[in-house]
Amino acid sequence: MKKPLRLALLAAAIAAAGAPALSRAEVALLNVSYDVARDFYKDYNPLFQKYWKTKAGESIELKQSHAGSTKQVRAVADGLEADVVTMNQATDVEFLADKGLVARDWAKKFPGNASPYTSTMVLIVRKGNPKGIRDWGDLAKPGVQVILPHPKNTGNGRYSYLALWGYALRQAGGSDKSAQEFVGKVLRNAPLFAPGGRDATTTFMQRKIGDALSTFECEAELIAREFGRGEFEVVYPSVSVLAEFPVAVVEKVVDKKGSRKQAAAYLEYLWSKEGQENAAQNYLRPRDPEVLKKYAAQFPAIKTFSVDEAFGGWGKAFPAHFKDGGSFDQAFGTK
Amino acid sequence: MRRANVLPGFRLSLGYTLVYLSLLVLIPLGGLVLKGASLSAAQFLDIAGSERALASYRVTFGASLAAAAINAVFGLVVAWVLVRYEFPFRRQIDALVDLPFALPTAVAGITLATLYSGNGWIGRFLEPAGLKVAFTPLGIVVALTFIGLPFVVRTLQPVIEDIESEAEEAAASLGATRAQTFVRVIFPALFPALLTGFTLAFSRAIGEYGSVIFIAGNMPLVSEITPLLIISKLDQYDLVGATVLATVMLAISFVLLLAINGLQWWAARRHSGEADAPPEPARPVLPPDVAYRPA
Repeated sequence: MKKPLRLALLAAAIAAAGAPALSRAEVALLNVSYDVARDFYKDYNPLFQKYWKTKAGESIELKQSHAGSTKQVRAVADGLEADVVTMNQATDVEFLADKGLVARDWAKKFPGNASPYTSTMVLIVRKGNPKGIRDWGDLAKPGVQVILPHPKNTGNGRYSYLALWGYALRQAGGSDKSAQEFVGKVLRNAPLFAPGGRDATTTFMQRKIGDALSTFECEAELIAREFGRGEFEVVYPSVSVLAEFPVAVVEKVVDKKGSRKQAAAYLEYLWSKEGQENAAQNYLRPRDPEVLKKYAAQFPAIKTFSVDEAFGGWGKAFPAHFKDGGSFDQAFGTK
Repeated sequence: MRRANVLPGFRLSLGYTLVYLSLLVLIPLGGLVLKGASLSAAQFLDIAGSERALASYRVTFGASLAAAAINAVFGLVVAWVLVRYEFPFRRQIDALVDLPFALPTAVAGITLATLYSGNGWIGRFLEPAGLKVAFTPLGIVVALTFIGLPFVVRTLQPVIEDIESEAEEAAASLGATRAQTFVRVIFPALFPALLTGFTLAFSRAIGEYGSVIFIAGNMPLVSEITPLLIISKLDQYDLVGATVLATVMLAISFVLLLAINGLQWWAARRHSGEADAPPEPARPVLPPDVAYRPA
């Protein structure tokens, strides 16, 4: 009994080790990406493969890896051979630049801060909006509970937090002090901090906890598909934060693998009409004004501020708010 | 004075054991301590003793102890019932005990959070009674109890099987009441294994992350577990800060496990001492360390 089993295991191990070598196409690119970009790249990759086949006459294999973005860049820094990274926060790409894996001026390599599409934070409220929530300011009212992912540990939570902070700064007499007070009030009203964006959605929609959910605009569409359109309302606040999704070529890896040409083309194509339309179809705001106009019905006009404008970039926003001892910790009176 | 052993290859297997333990346990843990040692004592204490860290130790160790204690009591009942009684679907129910091992912890956490939240199957009865479970520290205890259950049951089962019912019959014939039989005959025999199960469930609970974060609520100072703070530090690319917290957890766990082992050793000695008294050496063989054996 024991021997055949061991032989079988050995054979399986050999097969597993040998398989990737056999199935390799001419070129293979690995795109290391954040968690919820799965759908976007599932649609985008065939578009690029088709484009590259006609343009360069080369068939290309595209591999995806999705997980929490900070975890992902750490894996890349530790040696995961990603040709490109497609992230949801500049901090994560910046970390790779610090490690010398990505060009120092990665944000200038592609248009629009190297972010092919954007999104923004909106509020989801219960059907009929029973608590009359119209703007971020309403979340500080007594008896209003907001659901959001943990602002220290998740991209979604950080953008929600910065949206609240930026909103407070833009009110009459707004200052860092008034913003700290306002954000603290909202957060202390929160019944919990979800471990991730999807779990926040589940808590709000399925477990029916809280009066408002702060999340990405593109999530609202997914919620509609999952839970039905009549179940909630989307509230566009007076002003919100512009979420950018930076992409970059991992210089060290493409030099080693000789895949620079393909990797750069893969990212460049995100800005093509096809790439931009794909973004719009996934409810991400395209950079291309014409495509944006075409899909205007699903992207109501909203005033936004970028993290660069309002906070002087992630390099400043991150330590000021999310590092230990930052404004989030102060809101809970801890170090 | 080498004792003859049925199996040859002592050197080979000892070498293998040492290499294996070094690669998998000692080197990673050594690296952890080394990384933390790059800080001065004051810096180390500052991170390890911050208000949030202290609150998280209380939550983590408190909930883990509570969960392991609950498992010790109810795990004993489950193990006893599964071994001593015949009833329909016993094997199927026995298999259920292993589910917490097999289920991905995140799935367990999400399921428990849904069940125990205000509109969940269980939470809808508890919340009107004023008992909030999901997204409170109590939720953490529930998740940790779930994941720890098999450790106690599976440790106790073989030992209960080994207790001969003659011992109970003898006790009864000598005039012991049922309570006396349990307290003086059965429980001492089970106690070392019960402690082992408790220890396993407890240590498993301390490090648990996946299931807890979905039901904890993760509010600073209230329901944040230490592993979450570690992840939070890693998200800030603060590797050193994360290793400090990990080292503290390791140290506390080590001291607690040592204490429990000591207790176990004492209990095993005491039990065997008592059992040695009668001339007839008919006591069940109880190794002081009953290894975990899945049924």
